[in-house]
Amino acid sequence: MFYREAGDFKTSYVDDSQTFPIAFDRYRYYFVLVIAFGIIPFIINDYWANAVMVPFLIYAIAAIGLNILTGYCGQVSLGTGGFMAVGGYACYKLMTAFPDVSIMVHLLLAGFITAGVGVLFGLPSLRIKGFYLAVATLAAQFFLVWLFNKVPWFYNYSASGQISAPERFVFGVPVTGPNVEAWAKYMVCLVFVTFCAWLARNLTRGTIGRSWMAIRDMDIAAEIIGVNPLKAKLTAFAVSSFFIGIAGALLFAVYLGAVEVGEVYGINKSFLVLFMIIIGGLGSIFGAFAGAAFMVLLPVALKNILVGGLGWDTALATHFEFVIVGALIVLFLIAEPHGLAQLWKLAKEKLRLWPFPH
Amino acid sequence: MTDQFLFGVEVVLNGLMAGVLYALVALGFVLIFKASGIFNYAQGVMALFAALTLVGIMEGQVPFAHLINAIFGTDVHYFGWNVPALAAILLTMILMVFFAWAVNHFVMRHLVNQEPIILFMATIGLAYFLEGVGDLMWGSEIKKLDVGLPQGASIWVEENTAFLGSDNFFGFFIDKLDMVAALVAAVLVIALVAFAQYTKQGRAMRAVADDHQAALSVGISLNFIWVLVWSLAGFVALVAGIMWGAKSGVQFSLSLIALKALPVLMLGGFTSIPGAIVGGLIIGVGEKLFEFTIGPMIGGATENWFAYVLALLFLVFRPQGLFGEKIIERV
Repeated sequence: MFYREAGDFKTSYVDDSQTFPIAFDRYRYYFVLVIAFGIIPFIINDYWANAVMVPFLIYAIAAIGLNILTGYCGQVSLGTGGFMAVGGYACYKLMTAFPDVSIMVHLLLAGFITAGVGVLFGLPSLRIKGFYLAVATLAAQFFLVWLFNKVPWFYNYSASGQISAPERFVFGVPVTGPNVEAWAKYMVCLVFVTFCAWLARNLTRGTIGRSWMAIRDMDIAAEIIGVNPLKAKLTAFAVSSFFIGIAGALLFAVYLGAVEVGEVYGINKSFLVLFMIIIGGLGSIFGAFAGAAFMVLLPVALKNILVGGLGWDTALATHFEFVIVGALIVLFLIAEPHGLAQLWKLAKEKLRLWPFPH
Repeated sequence: MTDQFLFGVEVVLNGLMAGVLYALVALGFVLIFKASGIFNYAQGVMALFAALTLVGIMEGQVPFAHLINAIFGTDVHYFGWNVPALAAILLTMILMVFFAWAVNHFVMRHLVNQEPIILFMATIGLAYFLEGVGDLMWGSEIKKLDVGLPQGASIWVEENTAFLGSDNFFGFFIDKLDMVAALVAAVLVIALVAFAQYTKQGRAMRAVADDHQAALSVGISLNFIWVLVWSLAGFVALVAGIMWGAKSGVQFSLSLIALKALPVLMLGGFTSIPGAIVGGLIIGVGEKLFEFTIGPMIGGATENWFAYVLALLFLVFRPQGLFGEKIIERV
């Protein structure tokens, strides 16, 4: 009824190959953009920004990044935390070395530096596959975290070994440092999320995305039909690390402000982002958003119910959270291995025929 | 012989002992991977859970005490009895068998025919679940595990090796517990190999590992074999949990040894029991030696990543590991 392509005539190739060919989808997309840019910044408060919106947006970028590598190119990575650390530390070094350059440029450059590191650690993927590769990426995770802990140059020889973001402005509004307002944080993250999602969506439906998917589905067959595995795998590592680096830089500069590498960028982050793309759906940009929303909202909701509602102590609630998250992951994999994105797709199929399914 | 060299030898010896403990965990991985093709990330948490349960039963803790207290407002913590170690180990083993059955019945049975990566993710979920349950059941504080294993440095070894060096050398420092662990690991491996080679169930297990469908067609119950394999892995986890728990206390970091077992597996090959042992020893010795020789130059704490980088470099030259089956790919 609402969701249909009947009567939606395309008269040019440009129309036919647009990102959202169905009108209802297109309007929904504009609607979400208007709400995100036009309404939420005016009503957001500190609690919602810090507990929900900002982490959601940042993890959405990281999840898009990992989804490109794992969901689209089929290379499982457990090094997300380490690559986020590269982004965070690159951003810190740039911010302190070139204080006059805009923070937005630094965030982007941090992404490019991470992309370089990602390619370096992606090189073994040409020889190693599957689980072996997943474990090999752990080398990146542990080595990078150790590196940022042990080499004082990375944290500018500060006594605590922490890095903390100096105050920087965009159009005269502080976006990092102690005086940031909720809406400013939110807007910076939102701009990057929109940019990353747009980029990812367009990359994955073009030549390069198709070659990634060919490698994912069967790499030898892809090689035979002329996909260059070296190029496809390394670009996947580069693009994925670019996004993950931006997410890491935002996490440090905008969200947390001060970071201790082992605590913030540890192996748990790698698993968290991996869970996001599994629950959201492998190989789907929408899935990355859905998964990030789910994994950010779940602890907040559980905490509100168990600690706020039932009055349990926090430690107990944390343990319970582990049980629930674990059980949910298993349940999801049993019920719908393709994640929330698949549910959404099914709902759209149903909506197309509703209310006359025959 | 110079003292420096002797210290090096001591480092190698200690590395071998640590490697044995890594190998113990890796063994559990190999068992499950061979029989069902599942890469069981939860192995480390299973070791933690087994050790927690063992301590809890021995000390007579009330399971889920915190939860019960929070819901009913009571204040119970202990039953007030102590269970002897052997009985507690038996009870824990029964629980691990039940866990094996539950995993198979509620999770793995529903995931037959899924891609390996999905199964792997499911075991990560399982690891989270089990970790939460373990903490809820027995509390999350660090516990001491004492099942009567010898502790401390072996005086005998120290006294009998002291003559090798000059006055500054006091003999090799080797923990008694490590020696026990090495012995237990050796016995465990021999027992497992004997079980797989000479018993009916062991043969069935190998048949399943070879080919699921062929095994089914000659009347082997896949369900039974899987429960058996998970129980065996639970048993190995219990042994590993006792050893690690006695060494460094029962605490969350115990579950992280699973991550250490991964490079061991990569070196040795996922499908080989001897590979797990040899890989464990190489990693154990390698990381201790590296820390001893290169570590001081680059800031120490290299043990965190050395194993992974070693495995990574190794795999680039031999992607199937030392003893793994040759990877043959078809289109």
